[in-house]
Amino acid sequence: MTDLTELGVAAIRDGVAKGDFTAVEVAEAFNANVAAAQTALNAFIVATPELAVEAARATDARRAAGQPLGKMGGVPIGMKDLFATKGVQTTAASHILEGFTPEYESTVSQKLWDAGAGMLGKLNLDQFAMGSSNETSYFGNVISPWRRSDGGNAALAPGGSSGGSSTAVAARLAPAATGTDTGGSIRQPAAFTGISGIKPTYGRCSRWGIVAFASSLDQAGPMARDVRDCAIMLEAMAGYDPKDATSLNLPVPEWEAGLSADMKGKKVGIPREYRMDGMDADVAASWDRGIEWLKDAGAEIVEISLPHTKYALPAYYIIAPAEASSNLARYDGVRYGLRDLPDGAGLQDMYAATRAAGFGAEVKRRILIGTYVLSAGFYDAYYTQAQKVRTLISHDFKNAFTQCDVILAPTAPTAAFGLGEKTDDPLSMYLNDVFAVPASLAGLPAMSVPAGLNREGLPLGLQIVGKPFDEQGVLNAGLAIESRAQFSAKPDKWW
Amino acid sequence: MSVDTATVAKIAALARIKVSEAELEAMVPELNGILAWVEQLGEVDVTGIEPMTAVIENHLRLRDDVIDADPLTGGGVRDKVLANAPAREDGFFGVPKVIE
Amino acid sequence: MSNYRIQGATGEWEVVIGLEVHAQVTSNSKLFSGAATAFGAEPNTQVSLVDAAMPGMLPVPNRECIRQAVRTGMAVGAVINKWSRFDRKNYFYADLPQGYQISQLYHPLVGEGEIEVILDPKDPEGSTKTIGIERIHVEQDAGKLMHDQHPTMSYVDLNRSGVALMEIVSRPDMRSPAEAGAYLAKLRQILRYVGSCDGNMDQGSMRADVNVSVRRPGEPFGTRTETKNVNSVRFVMAVVESEARRQVDVIESGGTVVQETRLYDPDKNETRSMRSKEDAHDYRYFPDPDLLPLELDDAFLEECRASLPELPDAKRHRYETALGLSAYNANALTADVEVARQFEALLASAAGASGKSEADVAKRVANWLLSEQPGVLNAAGVSSDHPKNTVEANTAIVVATESGLISGSKAKEIFEAYLTTEIDLAAEIEANKQTSDTGAIEAAVDAILAANADKVAEYKGGKENLFGFFVGQTMKAMQGKGNPQLVNQVLKARLA
Repeated sequence: MTDLTELGVAAIRDGVAKGDFTAVEVAEAFNANVAAAQTALNAFIVATPELAVEAARATDARRAAGQPLGKMGGVPIGMKDLFATKGVQTTAASHILEGFTPEYESTVSQKLWDAGAGMLGKLNLDQFAMGSSNETSYFGNVISPWRRSDGGNAALAPGGSSGGSSTAVAARLAPAATGTDTGGSIRQPAAFTGISGIKPTYGRCSRWGIVAFASSLDQAGPMARDVRDCAIMLEAMAGYDPKDATSLNLPVPEWEAGLSADMKGKKVGIPREYRMDGMDADVAASWDRGIEWLKDAGAEIVEISLPHTKYALPAYYIIAPAEASSNLARYDGVRYGLRDLPDGAGLQDMYAATRAAGFGAEVKRRILIGTYVLSAGFYDAYYTQAQKVRTLISHDFKNAFTQCDVILAPTAPTAAFGLGEKTDDPLSMYLNDVFAVPASLAGLPAMSVPAGLNREGLPLGLQIVGKPFDEQGVLNAGLAIESRAQFSAKPDKWW
Repeated sequence: MSVDTATVAKIAALARIKVSEAELEAMVPELNGILAWVEQLGEVDVTGIEPMTAVIENHLRLRDDVIDADPLTGGGVRDKVLANAPAREDGFFGVPKVIE
Repeated sequence: MSNYRIQGATGEWEVVIGLEVHAQVTSNSKLFSGAATAFGAEPNTQVSLVDAAMPGMLPVPNRECIRQAVRTGMAVGAVINKWSRFDRKNYFYADLPQGYQISQLYHPLVGEGEIEVILDPKDPEGSTKTIGIERIHVEQDAGKLMHDQHPTMSYVDLNRSGVALMEIVSRPDMRSPAEAGAYLAKLRQILRYVGSCDGNMDQGSMRADVNVSVRRPGEPFGTRTETKNVNSVRFVMAVVESEARRQVDVIESGGTVVQETRLYDPDKNETRSMRSKEDAHDYRYFPDPDLLPLELDDAFLEECRASLPELPDAKRHRYETALGLSAYNANALTADVEVARQFEALLASAAGASGKSEADVAKRVANWLLSEQPGVLNAAGVSSDHPKNTVEANTAIVVATESGLISGSKAKEIFEAYLTTEIDLAAEIEANKQTSDTGAIEAAVDAILAANADKVAEYKGGKENLFGFFVGQTMKAMQGKGNPQLVNQVLKARLA
């Protein structure tokens, strides 16, 4: 019998529907992988095998009754622990929320369950999604299943913040997982682990019930083995939600049905500013290969300019911490989560003690930066200036999209780095998202697809950025690359 | 603009995060490094540019004035509201006594 | 110009006052969640997951709250900003679950307006003053802390958390306690007319932050203090008086006024510093990224405007000009929207029942409501919302009096009996009908004069104030049913 954990979303959905195997068999196979990998990879904060089986039983029962199975019928998935899940601890990988059990289900996770998916568990991540290597989790680092081909066994970063998601999918612990992307948190970990992931247009997926990091940037999206699986899962996740005032009131397109790798008549923009001095040679080479693949698919290649690219990251590191400093004010030890009440402490002392004990170093760093840039006398110089630069970055994209349909660029400046390599220098860590952040600031759909391995045998990703609402164009360009890259590498199982 | 220990202490107090002297000392150069880097934004000519208000064109929708129209965002759920509270008494949240 | 001056040891001082009024918007549900807003519910029963700021919860604005704020702005002749934004005001307190209040700092919904106040309600034709309104914005209310229920804990009730408030900020245009009181009363009157706030100050639906400073007349503004949450017109006036006096004393004894937040203690009639709130506030306002800019279209504004009722100034003017009421009565009848509503209901009903125009019956209705009915209710020991105090009953009384069917004093008697006993009002009016039968009146008059020949002689000898005695005796003999005008007429003729 085939190893069911080698199957992706479409294969599982179709196989369950046809009766090739049962949803329970699938759930149990993934549950076993989750359990076996937990010590070595630490991808999950909480595993919920019983929920995966319960959902699978429901799918099998529906099939037996001849009822429709849903877009994700029989597919067990990993849920990033930033999505509130009713009755299951939701922590954002922070001590401050340890033990918090929501009385509600996030809109996106509810949609996935309604579509027939089941939950394998809550996936580890960077604390409050702040990080690019999954080294800021209170629940320990996630270890990438990938190792360099030099024969060493250095532990590598799975990317972040959706590092548990990327590891789970790459290591066959889940056929797919949810991610969230604030400044690259879906795309960069997808690139680091040789999987696909898409951040849709801002507003496509409801933010209701997702622990907020930076409200104007946060977007949920799927992370899966391939483009088709992303399309299927995004259809299940997206949709208008009246509970989120920034949700887009648009119908959800049938992205899977619309998939086409034919790029004839399409123009692909290559942003000149992304070709930076000292660019990693393997990354540059993979970008060039990507250009050739899209040409091969019929696309016309045009050079474009995004003149404010170099300012995107600094603008992001003002805007995101500013919003975070306010969004995280609710973690105060009063209504849920950790309370640290030193002897004789008053209310304000309790706040300060609780937040000192509950937040990790990176979270504190960003709260302090955010507090500072919003404080009296500095607001205009930092925050207002950054929001103006953000407008300019958005204009850059608008202009570029008068000349092209999608933009092709690397996802990250390098392949995965070793754990601990960048933790001493926050700036070097931040620079990892240099290619991912501009699309986030402009709210644009963007995805990463695997594009080969570097000289160390580690995956590299290519990023496609599309016009607002044009997830289809992004997915199709991704499919065109995927079908030419023929990426089939997977990590050797060492865990 | 760079920050000194006193400024960081003030920000931390504003953000209600207790920091030790040692932590303060470590944070000052880190924050200054980040601030120096973000300050390159000052180079950008933003004359006549409005700060971004909505990243994707969209309009703020207003909801109808109906009580508990959606149970997920309605009231009457005291048990749910209090379920995770570190201290709850008689239907209230409890906090250390506040003297006003 | 106000001549209100504080007499200090070193000379005269002028007080400068501005008010920031927080008015709870009348709405069924909260500003950003569907939880109910009713007053007095069990603790935390009107709290949604959104109001409790659970992780991942998001605000969605209530159209009615925006609409009411816009209507309020229109009622004070203010600029309505078709583009406004919500900002977050960040601070930590146990009554503020989000760690920020969603408010509007940079782009408020309503811009500049003004209202005209009458300085002495007893003299509506006397002096008036225009007070500028700087802005009106919409924001969330906070929850409530209770300190007395537990030895070591304060209790938090979030029922109020997220209820919509309008913050109505005046210009520093007021110069006396009376002006501040008149402004707050006028604002309350307008809000109640518009229906955007119930104005229940004892339930906290309206409360004022009172900004007070003093200066030598004609000099620049002095340093101001802000006394928070003052919840009656009387207290606002008291705060102004005591705080201005305190500031004068501070300055005259060589000190300086500190810009600070203060609290009013009604028992001691003094303000005191709220030092607990003084720790270096830096609210770090920034646009709420969970909400897009609030953009209002013309249709929305048109509906707001079209749904505005006749406002108190216009109504008062109409009562004087179209109904011919005195300035005093017009002012009294329009002082509160409920009174005006009762007046207009009774007016329409009385006009209809009597077949006369409203202008013809207005004075009678006004007199009945302002002078006569309150006394009857008082004597009967019932309040105006007594179930028998209906428009129909009042109409019957007013129409019967207006047409001369019964006398004014009989009307009061009958109405009191109607309220307190089981009588049939129509039958009672019928039974007490005045007679205009001249023959009967003449007979009664003649009998009285004959029985009081000595008094007639005195009257004729110059004691003319005995006329009233004859009227009284005649009316008594006729059991109050004689038409008083005819009785007078006949008596005058007979005594001539």
